[in-house]
Amino acid sequence: MTSFEAAAGGGYPDRVGRDWDLRDRRHEGEVLPPKSIIVGYGFWIFLLSDIVMFSAFFATYAVLVGQTAGGPSGRDLFDLSNTGIETACLLLSSFACGIATVGIQAHRGSWFYGAMAATFVLGAAFIGLEVREFVGLVAQGAGPTRSAFLSAFFTLVGCHGLHVTAGLLWLLTMMAQVYAKGYRADILRRVLCFGLFWHFLDIVWVALFSMVYLMGAAA
Amino acid sequence: MSQFEPKSETGHAGPPHGHEPLDGHEAVADIGTYLIGLGLAMLLTIVSFFIARTTLVWQPSIPVALAVLAIAQMGVHLVFFLHITTGPDNVNNVMALAFGVLIVLLVITGSLWIMAHMDHNMMPMDQIMQMQR
Repeated sequence: MTSFEAAAGGGYPDRVGRDWDLRDRRHEGEVLPPKSIIVGYGFWIFLLSDIVMFSAFFATYAVLVGQTAGGPSGRDLFDLSNTGIETACLLLSSFACGIATVGIQAHRGSWFYGAMAATFVLGAAFIGLEVREFVGLVAQGAGPTRSAFLSAFFTLVGCHGLHVTAGLLWLLTMMAQVYAKGYRADILRRVLCFGLFWHFLDIVWVALFSMVYLMGAAA
Repeated sequence: MSQFEPKSETGHAGPPHGHEPLDGHEAVADIGTYLIGLGLAMLLTIVSFFIARTTLVWQPSIPVALAVLAIAQMGVHLVFFLHITTGPDNVNNVMALAFGVLIVLLVITGSLWIMAHMDHNMMPMDQIMQMQR
């Protein structure tokens, strides 16, 4: 076969323009990485793009943090003990999620369901505290319409809260799928992706409580 | 993300569809990793909250200390919870992470830098309001 014929797909129209090197090497005994690694890598790329989106919200907040329009600043509004409890909830929830991923890899149902239930309860407690904080802020006239600072604050923290809420729904879905379908390879991959997502949310929260709450209260 | 690798007794990656469950020792070792991560993350969190409220240190140093502690804690999370390490099976993940960090730094420092300059060069808002009357 000439190189031109190879580039043209070796005479097969459906192969034109495709890279067949990967497939050919497999016949020579070189094994492609397991699907679980490929899926994990793809999901990691998604998480990084989500981080880039969060960085835009962080940049917006950092630019607008001083623009209080004569209204309250972070120092007047933030309650650090509430933030501390939220942080503890999310960190322990992240740890419980780690136990759940070990549990499902070891095929221990009791570990998996127990740790996932703990993850859910702690995550829901986090959301509850955050909603209570938001309601309190709006009630004292510090809603998102008060100033540019508060608009940026509600957007940034609310976006993280929405991610956690979506994660809670995903968590329940994964518990139901493991219950209904057992320890299948594809279900295992989904649970591991969920674990990555949940740990990633905790990383975003570290940036959030340090930059928004702690620096806001210290400034 | 070594947790994605099917584990086998030889330590090499198993066959693509081999999903043998972890044995007890491997599971205990993995939980030990998460416990170390939890301990370090709790320590860094507690120090952060203490630093933010303390009056013992020079006040302008507090934001810098908070930023350093936050970056350290993100590193702890990446290594012990997400299992992003410098192992040979992890090169692609680390390269993607490095690119992500580059973009994040460009977005945040670029925004702050440009907007600080614009803020500095802009006429104060009350004077603009005067001119519009």
